[in-house]
Amino acid sequence: MPIKSYLAHPHDGKKAELVKAISKLNNCDVIPAENKDLLIVVTDTDNKSEDENLKEQIEAIESLKLLAMVSGFDTPKK
Amino acid sequence: MYTSLTNRRSFIKKMAIMSAMTAAASMFPGILFADEQEKNLPKGGNLDWKKAPCRFCGVGCGVLVGIDKGKAVAVKGDPKSPVNKGLCCVKGYHSVMALYGKDRLTKPLVKKNGRYVETSMEEALDLVASKMQETIKDHGKDAVSIYGSGQWTIPDGYAASKLFKGCIGTNNVEANARLCMASAVTGFLTSFGIDEPMGCYEDIDHADVFVLWGNNMAEMHPVLFSRLLDQRLKRGVKIIDFATRTTRTSMAADKSILFLPQTDLAVANAICYEIIKNGWVNKSFVEKHCNFNKGLTNMGYGLEDKYSFTDKPEKIDFEAYKTFLEDYTPEKVEKISGVSAKDIKYMAAYYGDPNKKVMSLWCMGMNQHSRGTWINNLVYNIHLLTGKISTPGNSPFSLTGQPSACGTVREVGTLTHKLPHGVVMNKEHREFAAKIWDVPAENISPKPTYHTVEMFRALDRGDIRFMWIQVTNPMVTMPKLKRYRDAAKKEDRFIVVSDIYPTPTTDIADVILPSAMWVEREGLFGNSERRTQYFEQMVEPPGEAMSDTWQLVEVAKRMGFEKQFYYKEESHIEEIYTEYRKHHDNKKHNMAPLEVLKSQPGAMWPYVDGKSTKWRFNAKYDPACTNGEAFHFYGKPDGKAVIWQRPYEPAAEEPDADYPYWLNTGRVVEHWHTGSMTRRIPVLHKAVPHAYVELNPGDAKRLQIRTGDKVKLTTRRGEIVLPASVNERGVPAPMQVFVPFFDENMLINDITLDSFCPISKEPDYKKCAVNIEKV
Repeated sequence: MPIKSYLAHPHDGKKAELVKAISKLNNCDVIPAENKDLLIVVTDTDNKSEDENLKEQIEAIESLKLLAMVSGFDTPKK
Repeated sequence: MYTSLTNRRSFIKKMAIMSAMTAAASMFPGILFADEQEKNLPKGGNLDWKKAPCRFCGVGCGVLVGIDKGKAVAVKGDPKSPVNKGLCCVKGYHSVMALYGKDRLTKPLVKKNGRYVETSMEEALDLVASKMQETIKDHGKDAVSIYGSGQWTIPDGYAASKLFKGCIGTNNVEANARLCMASAVTGFLTSFGIDEPMGCYEDIDHADVFVLWGNNMAEMHPVLFSRLLDQRLKRGVKIIDFATRTTRTSMAADKSILFLPQTDLAVANAICYEIIKNGWVNKSFVEKHCNFNKGLTNMGYGLEDKYSFTDKPEKIDFEAYKTFLEDYTPEKVEKISGVSAKDIKYMAAYYGDPNKKVMSLWCMGMNQHSRGTWINNLVYNIHLLTGKISTPGNSPFSLTGQPSACGTVREVGTLTHKLPHGVVMNKEHREFAAKIWDVPAENISPKPTYHTVEMFRALDRGDIRFMWIQVTNPMVTMPKLKRYRDAAKKEDRFIVVSDIYPTPTTDIADVILPSAMWVEREGLFGNSERRTQYFEQMVEPPGEAMSDTWQLVEVAKRMGFEKQFYYKEESHIEEIYTEYRKHHDNKKHNMAPLEVLKSQPGAMWPYVDGKSTKWRFNAKYDPACTNGEAFHFYGKPDGKAVIWQRPYEPAAEEPDADYPYWLNTGRVVEHWHTGSMTRRIPVLHKAVPHAYVELNPGDAKRLQIRTGDKVKLTTRRGEIVLPASVNERGVPAPMQVFVPFFDENMLINDITLDSFCPISKEPDYKKCAVNIEKV
């Protein structure tokens, strides 16, 4: 039951576009920084394959320059 | 301290967010996430924003505190502050939350029959005064002492010094800044004859290269580090991290160079060797403005009680110095330090390049060092040989860790040998202070008594019977802690602790006085760049909490010093600061008037003719220069700075067969020193809830230790069990471990060593020998 957090760096001028694109994805929260071009992305999925699939979807977004994982937790789902 | 979270998944999700926010804050100090920052703000509220210096580190960021209905509810960086230009770090943004921990001390507590009993402030202060008088009567004035900190405001430290040195007549005044920057002070005094950096933070905007000497700026001074990163984006400056451990700073630097503990001494000498060998010496600067000295060597490490050392400086010439450096060729030093000759030459080339402006920055790595004064001297040598000093961008810069380590401890002089102006050993300085303090000059003892470690040893021996501890937590921070904890608990010792929360130090107190914190009272701090900053009282302190200044004034009056402590409660900060300024009424150290400090985000001393001095010793900027030359190192009688011949010597305790690893201790970005405030801020506590031991991945693999496994650390002082951290935040070099000291439940200082620099008397928290085992 992976929960992961990432720092997502948008391409220049594409922050709003990136926020919009990630917000559309399921099992995914986005917290944009107010004053920097950086977003926090938190993923919350049921299993490893869903997690990998979601990460691939995020990485496929054109406005994304770099996705860097900060923390990863795996916890049994109650 | 803890927020109850019933849903584990929700908790983990929050943890993940916090981790990301913390990582983001260290990469982009000042970064704002609206949801998190603003969730506690009153909806539709009309906040009153008031300026203050930040409560935490020595950078001295200007902050604006949002007040709503008598409560501090928000913090933002002050865009008018030249220090941080509107940015804050993760601690700064959450600083007001430290005011409102659930277990704030609000009532005085007196220990009776082993239990703490609430009493009134009047009675508690009566008891403190009478106990101090009784101790003086029975055991002499040197049996009472006060131990404060670099978090003392300027008026706190001034009142303490005046009471103890001027009125009582004992030099038993020390502060925890002895543990963090005393080596910087003795470095300045021996090299320049006068304390504190010649440059300022504006150097960052001019330098081309930054060499960080054992300084994890990304975590310890994140706002300043963000200014370095900003300059790299704008101007392509180079950042070189020269350290014993790979940290977030190393990862962000252009080049990371690791050296073996203690061998920075050898590398600094090797850089000087290269500078001379390659003809990079600024000959005219050195000839006009520098002398060469050597001092005593093999000084010992202060491990024994009543250890004393006095250096005997001896003049040498350039040729003798050059010959001395022949033992420090890059090739020879490579074998001692583990730093390749190529990397030594790489650093030397930047220092030697006349077209590159270089800023050296350091903090605890060089100061908490058993040869701390020497390594400070050696870095100044590099800048003096090349003439890269006291000009914009050419700056050896010693950073501090506390908000007023400079302003209070160094400038007010709350160390055993110091006076606000000068030292107790100097008759003229004593007479000058006595006149302002309105006491007979003979009241001030000409003999320094105990530096911090020796003060606690004196408490153990019984030479000191009464100790008043304000705004610091020595029962977490003292090295070889167990000895000093046991000392404080001895039957006939009387300990008074003024603090805002219960700590391991209040645990040893006979009287606990609740203190007003930061913007709950009026005060002033002085930061690392000689900037004095004022803050007004913005909110009421809780319960009977009282500022440390006023506690001291009340006790002084009770002891019969009403004449000297004439201050009125409503105006005492202004009265004290105005009196304090008289000690520095000269072009070398003039302090800005209070009305100036109230109107702007601080001013840098020397404040002369309505202007701050940005670069001291440079005639273009510093009105105190009077020798008619471009530079004047007026701290020394002949106006010349000193290039010191200082050798490499090993640490007090190095790894051996029984204790094969180096133990290094330090801090993390989320926690302020001993965590007594930041561990009560839920977001910071959750981000790093407990201490850990960082291991090198190769060592961990060999010992079959993984992150989270329990590891026993054993030194000659004792043992402690900590969870392992492998390949996480920091990565120690092979055969080295690192432990942060913020966690009062895992007291790493129970096993550290109380060796110190013989000149500065600052302990070396960075080096002792340890064994590690998987539990």
